[in-house]
Amino acid sequence: MQINIILAGVGGQGILTIAAVIDHAALQSGLTVRQAEVHGMSQRGGAVQSHLRISDREIFSDLIAEGTANLILSVEPLEALRYLPFLAPDGRIVTATDSFINMEGYPTMEQILDELHRTNHPVLVNAADLAREAGSIRTSNMVMLGAGAPFIGIAAETLEASIEKLFQAKGADITAMNIRAFRIGQALSQLQATAT
Amino acid sequence: MKQLLLGAEAIALGALDAGISGVYAYPGTPSTEITEYIQKNKGDREQPVRSAWSANEKTAYEAALGMSYAGKRSLVCMKHVGLNVAADAFINSAITGVNGGLVVAVADDPSMHSSQNEQDSRVYGKFAMVPVVEPASQQELYDAVRYAFDLSESLRLPVLLRLTTRLAHSRAGVEEAATRPQNPLNAPYAPERFVLMPHNARRQYNNLLGMQPQLEELAEQSWLNRLVPGTGSIGVLAFGIAFNYVMEVRQAFGLDCPVLKIGHYPLPRKKIEALFNSCDTILVAEEGYPVYEELLRGYFGNTHIKGRLDGTLPRAGELNADSVALTLGLTKKEVMPVPAIMVNRPPELCKGCGHRDLYEALNTVMSSHEQHHVFSDIGCYTLGALAPYNAIHTCVDMGASITMAKGAADAGLRPAVAVIGDSTFTHSGMTGLLDAINDRSPLTVIIADNDTTAMTGGQNSSANGSRLLEICRGLGVEEAHLKTIIPLKSHLAENIAVLGEEIAWEGVSVVIAQRECIETAARKKRNPAAKA
Repeated sequence: MQINIILAGVGGQGILTIAAVIDHAALQSGLTVRQAEVHGMSQRGGAVQSHLRISDREIFSDLIAEGTANLILSVEPLEALRYLPFLAPDGRIVTATDSFINMEGYPTMEQILDELHRTNHPVLVNAADLAREAGSIRTSNMVMLGAGAPFIGIAAETLEASIEKLFQAKGADITAMNIRAFRIGQALSQLQATAT
Repeated sequence: MKQLLLGAEAIALGALDAGISGVYAYPGTPSTEITEYIQKNKGDREQPVRSAWSANEKTAYEAALGMSYAGKRSLVCMKHVGLNVAADAFINSAITGVNGGLVVAVADDPSMHSSQNEQDSRVYGKFAMVPVVEPASQQELYDAVRYAFDLSESLRLPVLLRLTTRLAHSRAGVEEAATRPQNPLNAPYAPERFVLMPHNARRQYNNLLGMQPQLEELAEQSWLNRLVPGTGSIGVLAFGIAFNYVMEVRQAFGLDCPVLKIGHYPLPRKKIEALFNSCDTILVAEEGYPVYEELLRGYFGNTHIKGRLDGTLPRAGELNADSVALTLGLTKKEVMPVPAIMVNRPPELCKGCGHRDLYEALNTVMSSHEQHHVFSDIGCYTLGALAPYNAIHTCVDMGASITMAKGAADAGLRPAVAVIGDSTFTHSGMTGLLDAINDRSPLTVIIADNDTTAMTGGQNSSANGSRLLEICRGLGVEEAHLKTIIPLKSHLAENIAVLGEEIAWEGVSVVIAQRECIETAARKKRNPAAKA
């Protein structure tokens, strides 16, 4: 088994928290992990991505080769498209639809949706609304992790256990809220999968 | 269980476990996390480990050499351009040699993710004629740190550990080895080695030259240089992290080419000779400059060698599995293109950042001058070069804002304005200001003091606040032209007035714009114990 995931977003949106949960869950599942991330200048509001690779055998490259990503999990819709050359022919895009506009020439949402729909059954998530439903907009990440969960190759319970582990220092309420967010995202994703 | 560590963190843990007594560093992407990890995790060690930030890479390197002189192990870390700053100390420490183990970890940044060039530090290793290790994985980094300390102590030479951004900022599982205690204090008198007057330097240099065959023999035996056997007429010489991309392609496409992995220099001549003798064509894959490809190819060219110099691999930038696959004869597969609607998303100053208010005031002042050049420096405020401010016109190297403004002022440019951060000022700005004062060069230095080294993630600066004022006074800035402003919207009119007046004045003036970085302020609020 080998899963290649590209996590995408804008510096400051916290994609590394998503990565940390998946990393932890993969290690708990006895799998090998490699995860490349972006530090430095791009973190100041620029485009950021993380290449995350999980396998049951040795992984050599920290970077994912073009055309081999099983999943692009993005917390921003335009950012999901930036890494399209990496997507495998049967790979999936799971993206939040909340746009983050901090530059000129940002395309219309219609244009972005058109492009997303050209890919293999994209899962589109109104993450901010769902996060508020879970209790706080700050749980958007975990909504997106939940939405991506069916494509990560790790049991949902293992991912939940890792969320608990990583958030436990912040208290029981915040942990419960993030679990709730994860489940809301997961439910939406499953609903969209059965609809298509 | 294995710990999931960034490559930078693997170096840090390796150094702590190998018994270092101190780490010396100035922050710089992608090397910062080495020192940060030691600062956060040294507390559980039996013996204290010294780890505060240094003013710059040269002071860091010399302090590390001093700790080694006293018999203890020291680690010194920097980004590639930091080694330019520390180069004097580095090159000469190869002549004196060391006592306690001294390892210099240098993180290069091919593709220039956060840097102004992609210089290859292996060239410095060759220049200094010291051993260089270049591990390919996080586990190798962990193990190689101890190996490098052992080499350093047995050879009594500094050892350069080179890595690149991708390895520094990528996580993988790392297995920890047993820890070992620090060295005891042991500072022998050895002026014949450490006083580099010509008579000693000549002898020491001859010793270093004489050691070169031994260094090559060590590389020949090194676990970091090993052959992955294979068949076929194409062989690969894979340096550092390039090994990973070659092996990825080999695994993904079921290739069987022999691969000689190089992770310890000088080159293991016999191993390379054997590979060359068994193959018709050699692909040389180096992450960085084609340093060894050039050497192996020779001045008149060896057409059996493929690599960056003949265009087989791109001449610049990071390698990846895709570029390596093409060179091994695999055809590029059809992938989805990036849609035409895509636009770049460059980095920007944070919303609410004080630098925004500083640039707003400065732009207003400069718009009234026919010449509105602003010489700047390296830090978050460099983002003032981008829209909407487009406020600065130079950014070259640490400290160059003040000295370039001085030179331009000497040439007759009026006004000459420099913008530099608090940390960059203490790194390399102070001496330039002294030059300007001694030379009475009319310029205005704006120190954007946000109380931290912000771009690299908020490390402590060597001086800020009132200490910056004292430094400027001490250097000789006149009290009447040493001003402080607060870069806030509500102070805009006042800030324009102060900057306007000082920029118009024909002499050396310093305006310190004091306001804490909003990121570090927020972090302190979340965790009051985070910063003492």
